[in-house]
Formats: sequence, C-alpha cells, structure tokens
Amino acid sequence: MMIFTIAGRELRSLFLSPLAWSILAVVQLIVAYLFLSQLDGYMEVQSQLLGMAGAPGVTEIVVTPIFGNATIILLLVVPMLTMRLVSEERRSQTLALLFSAPLSMSEIVVGKFLGVMGFLVIMVAMITLMPLSLLLGGTLDFGLLASALLGLLLLLACFTALGLFMSTLTDQPTVAAISTFGVLLMLWIIDWAGSNESGHISGLFAYLSILRHFESLLRGVFDSSDVIYYLLFVTVFIGLSIRRLDADRLQH
Amino acid sequence: MFVVAGGWSFPQVQIFIQKTVAMTSSDNTLIQVEQVSRYYGHLCAVDNISFEMRRGEVLGFLGPNGAGKSTTMQMLSGNLAPTAGRILINGIDLLDRPKAAKAQLGYLPDHPPLYRELTVDEYLLYCARLNRIVKSKCREAVNSAKGRCGLTEVGKRLIGNLSKGFRQRIGIAQAIIHSPAVVILDEPTVGLDPIQILEIRALIRELRSEHSVILSTHILPEVQAVCDRVQIINKGKLVLSDTISGLQQRMQGASLQVALRQPPTLEVLQALDGVAEVTALADGRFRLAMAQGDDLAERLVQLSVANGWGLYELAPERITLEQVFVDITTEESTDVSEATETAA
Repeated sequence: MMIFTIAGRELRSLFLSPLAWSILAVVQLIVAYLFLSQLDGYMEVQSQLLGMAGAPGVTEIVVTPIFGNATIILLLVVPMLTMRLVSEERRSQTLALLFSAPLSMSEIVVGKFLGVMGFLVIMVAMITLMPLSLLLGGTLDFGLLASALLGLLLLLACFTALGLFMSTLTDQPTVAAISTFGVLLMLWIIDWAGSNESGHISGLFAYLSILRHFESLLRGVFDSSDVIYYLLFVTVFIGLSIRRLDADRLQH
Repeated sequence: MFVVAGGWSFPQVQIFIQKTVAMTSSDNTLIQVEQVSRYYGHLCAVDNISFEMRRGEVLGFLGPNGAGKSTTMQMLSGNLAPTAGRILINGIDLLDRPKAAKAQLGYLPDHPPLYRELTVDEYLLYCARLNRIVKSKCREAVNSAKGRCGLTEVGKRLIGNLSKGFRQRIGIAQAIIHSPAVVILDEPTVGLDPIQILEIRALIRELRSEHSVILSTHILPEVQAVCDRVQIINKGKLVLSDTISGLQQRMQGASLQVALRQPPTLEVLQALDGVAEVTALADGRFRLAMAQGDDLAERLVQLSVANGWGLYELAPERITLEQVFVDITTEESTDVSEATETAA
C-alpha cells in the first residue's frame, strides 16, 4: 500500500519534470524511424519471401529487431531516469521525510523501483503500439511478441534496479547516471571476451551477459533460466539498495 | 520477498548489557532516552545522554553550534541509529519496532524536506498518505494542518515558489499532519525574519495544547518564550536540565545596583542588615549583594530618606540567560551526573 504511494509520487514527479516528456518524445521518434525503415525493408523483400517455404514472418523481420534496437536506446535512457531516485533526495535532504515516516526501508526502495518501472511500462506500451498498427493490414505472431515484450520488460527491470542501487551510492545524480551506464554497458559486452575461444570462461561470461538472455526471449524461446537470471538480478540490486540506505542511518 | 533485514544487532547487544538501567517509566513519560551515544568515526557527537520527557511538555534543546543538537534530534526521529543506548517513544523502542514508534512522532529537520515541484496541497497529501492516514481522512488532515500553520491561502501554489517562512511552515505542517504525540523541531526559526519568528513561536505555543514538542535552537530568548523545560547540551554532553522557572531562579541575581548622590562610607553600607557584600562602582554607584531571600530594596529606600543619601536609582540586577548559558558551556569540567540530578 505504502509502496504504491511512493511509486505514485515518483511517477508523478517524473512527469512534472521536462526530462520525462523529452525522453518519451525522443525515444518514440527514434523507434518510429527504425520501425519505418524496417518496414520498408520488409516491403522490398516481401515478394521473394512469398515463394520460400518456412520464410520468416513480419513479426520476426520487423517487430523483434525493433525491440532489440530499442534496448540500446533504453540503455542510454534508463540511467537518466534512475539517477535522481535517491541521490537527488539525499542532496536536497528530503530523505528525512521518508526515514521519519512509519515506513520500512524495503517499502521505500521497492516504491521507488516501481515508480520508474511504471514510467518504463508506459514507454514500452507506446513502442508496442507501432507493431500493433500492423494488425490493420495483416496478422502478427502474438506468442513471439509476448515473449519479446516480457524480455524487454525484464531487461528494463534490471536496468532500473542497477540504476537505483547506483543512485543510493552517491549524492551526485550525474555520477549515478554515468556509473549505471558503465556497468550496464560492461554487462552488455562482457560476452565479447573470449568469444573466439571455446573455454569454460567464455561460457561463464556469456552467462553473465545481460544481453544473451534477452536474445533467446527475442527469438521466442522461453527458457525459465533466463527469467530467473533477470529476477535474481533485480532482487540482488534491490536488496543491496535497501542495505545501502539502512547504512545511512548506521554510520557516516 | 527480500532477504535483507536491518542490522541492529550491535545496539541490541548494548541494551542487553545495560539491563541494569532503572525502568521508572510512568504513564506520562512520552520519550525516554537511555544512555544514548553517537560516534562519527572516532568523533563523539553525542556522549551518553539520558533524559525523559513528559506528555504536554515543550522541551527546549539548547546548545552552541556543533554541540550535538541536530544529531540528537536525528536519533530521536529515527533518521540516525545511536551507537549505544536506546530510545523509547511512548514506551515503544525506536530500534526494535521502528514503524510503531515513528507513527508517534513528527519531525522537522533543520532543512525542511520539501519537494519543490509539488504544490502545497499535493505535498501535504503525500505526507498524510506516508503517515498511514486512511484515504478518506486525508483531505481533512491536510486541511486542518494547513489551517493550523496558516497555509490555507497558498494550497495551490508550488512549494518552490514560496518564501522561506512559508516553507518552514509547510515543514511544520508536515510534522503535525498525523497528530503525533511528539513533534520534534530542529531549529524551526533559523533564517526567518522577526515577524515570521513570532508567528512560528505562536504556532509552537499553540501546538503545546495537543502535542509534546521538542525544540532545538541556539537562540536563547526563544527558549524563554516557548519552553517549559530546558536542556543545555555542550560538546555532546548534557550539562543542564532544568525547568524554565528553575532557570529563572538561577537568573534572579541576588544583587541590587544603587546610585546615591550623597553616599555614606562603604562600611555603613556593609553594616546594613541583609547585605552580604558591597562593591563600589563609579559615580556613587554601589552593587549590594543580598543575603539569601531578603528584600533589601524597600528598607534601603527608607534608610536613604532617613539619612539623606539621595537615592536616585535602584535596580535589581539580573543575570541574563546568555550569562547562564556562557557560564555553563565554558566550564571545562562539568559534572554531568550533577546536572541531571538537578533536573530530578
């Protein structure tokens, strides 16, 4: 209950700043451009695809690449949304309001997490409207779409949890943003290391890579280990954030 | 869902060791602070403080800058965990059951925790919800808090556009919105103009009817104006705990200053009944230190008339609160236990 009160205020404050609106606009614009160029490419090869047996459909050619590309944009955008969560409050000394209210640390942290997730769900919903517009002239593979959507939301939950944790570490929003971005990018490209060799290390790195787990969902393969990876990731960083905020009271 | 729990183990161990502390909490004790200390690294900000506060009391927490006032306030409000000792609010341990204890208190930090992008109404509504006021009663709570703090006319305005005086009032409104038993105000009048200061003081006096108030300040007249009881803290130690009337007794100087046109010799004055000591000042002025509980002034006037001393000025000398304060805070070796004894 309290969690949603906090989440609601976070979401509201986001929309009261020009940042959220400009992020929504820019992301929408870029994704729309990608969508249109992808659609254009599909129209060109459509006639050849008709003759092939087991050819990929419109969902595979248009929709999943959109979602894949959207993650790169969101990798840049999410740190900007999460950077202020705690550091800004610490800076303007408003954390005392939450600390002296009858709330537990986990309510505060989960509330803030859900606030940003609420915003990202709105953004993903708006992105999803584009592929859904294809229903006007054809049909979609809804299973694949749902799997890609799930993957995107889980990936964004990871971004947010990590961003939230980075924000609890500092009172400078920009420091939180750049370190979130750095860590996320590192996790993104970690499987590049040793990808030529066939040792067990590369397997570990591939498993750690935040992108690998998304790729299988994007292909429509629902592997519970991917989902568990994301849920673990989120839980760990939310847990760490709670610990970090608790430590604020214990020592300086 | 979340495996992580708050780590309060160290203070709890301390409490276990300190079981010997006498539990004399009566029904009227609202806040009980037992041997609380707080270290920042090696720096000791608050050193073994113990005090109690009763219902309906306004307690002034006085001290120079850096004395540990804000640290104590932060610990009382649950924003900071004490290194040792424990704090009971209305009989509930702040560390063991933080939620229940925090529901009983409202806190205004030295910097009011306001969201500049919200309007006053939105902000107070959020505070009401945070303090677990039932949804249907929130409006009512916001309106009554606004009314009490004189914010009714600015409800629709953005907090970021309001003056410092208004922001301070919003801070107080936020602290009293859930009608807590205890209101903790950390330097509520800092940076305000004299009229605003008077308004805030009137507000604090008004709060007394329903809440107990703890007020920290370094402004002495403020304590005299609004508090029932004073505690002076210096270098992390509690050096004085007294009622305002007790403090005023301390301030009642036991001396008279007189000015005489035809002064008698010093010996004559010294020989008067009830005079303990005479000091000659310039221009026929004398300071007469009185013996305890004696009213010398009236007799002195009669004697002056009878003997033709030409008394033209007679003033009882008062020690100001500033002097008491300076005396206490500059004494190097103050015995804390003695100070707490005088309180009892």
